[in-house]
Amino acid sequence: MKRKHILRFFGLLCGAALTVLGVLRGEPDTILQKAVKLCLECIGIG
Amino acid sequence: MSGMHRDRVKRHDRFRLCVQLLAAAVLNGYAAGFAGGHIFTGKTKAVCVPVLNCYACPGALGACPIGAMQTVAAGNGRSFSFYALGLLMLCGTLFGRLLCGFLCPFGLVQDLLAKIPLKKLTVPHSADRLLRYLKYAVLIIMVLLLPAAVQNALGTGEPWFCKYLCPAGTLEGGIPAVLLNPALRKLAGVLFTWKFALMLAILILSVKIPRVFCRYLCPLGAFYALFNRFACFHMQVSSSKCISCGKCTAACPMQLDVPQEICSGECIRCGKCKAVCPTGAVASDFSVLRDQTEHTS
Repeated sequence: MKRKHILRFFGLLCGAALTVLGVLRGEPDTILQKAVKLCLECIGIG
Repeated sequence: MSGMHRDRVKRHDRFRLCVQLLAAAVLNGYAAGFAGGHIFTGKTKAVCVPVLNCYACPGALGACPIGAMQTVAAGNGRSFSFYALGLLMLCGTLFGRLLCGFLCPFGLVQDLLAKIPLKKLTVPHSADRLLRYLKYAVLIIMVLLLPAAVQNALGTGEPWFCKYLCPAGTLEGGIPAVLLNPALRKLAGVLFTWKFALMLAILILSVKIPRVFCRYLCPLGAFYALFNRFACFHMQVSSSKCISCGKCTAACPMQLDVPQEICSGECIRCGKCKAVCPTGAVASDFSVLRDQTEHTS
């Protein structure tokens, strides 16, 4: 049981830290730029 | 099955279907996109949704996390999306594959197809166990490695999973785009034909093998599977209440031996086993610090 709790805390902590790090690196802007244009590759055309 | 018991199963199925429909409607709530044949361009598209929902879908309000991972990996100078990975780790640690069972729009499509009253196919045990690993290979090779490793002269890569495999992208993004936009219709060639055929094959297979894409191919399912064993939302089977009737295993859309595998990465937490259990041996709970003490798996 204790192992599960440690893994949960580790998962939540790492998840939050990575999200913040990604935001600081400007990743949401990169994703936004891709997501607001019709991705021809994603739909099997490009 | 007693009348009261049957009612409970029906109530659970109806509740889950309502949640799935609501999630699909909220995630794809930009109705003007379907009417006008264009996609949403608001700021919410920078936020990854926790399920496989193509951002090329005319109604999509958020970004697909698998698409986002590949976009960052394929971009100049970066090989890894901390942002998408972090969000998925948070969602995985909190809910595990509950998100697959209750929120995923492509999961909903497969569930609806599985309702077609045709005899279901049981995949041979050894083949089933082997094929389950395929989705981990898809995650590692097509989502994480190839977009970063194979790059053109400009230093950018391709979204390999989206481009060559994703049936959700074809269904939610490709088909509406081709239907609503005559210019795109002219551009649809061999790649579109391949993706359409693959999507069709997966959808037809879903009628005979419930959740076939989730079982064997979904990279997001593979990612959440890593967290399912210790996620805050968890399920357990009480060994003292279980009468080994086998109803839970028969009801499982993922073809799991429920008393043994309920804590495995393959369980999508759809709750069918809990609903059909005549003795209430299957339980679910959400907690960070607390766990039910008695379990078999």
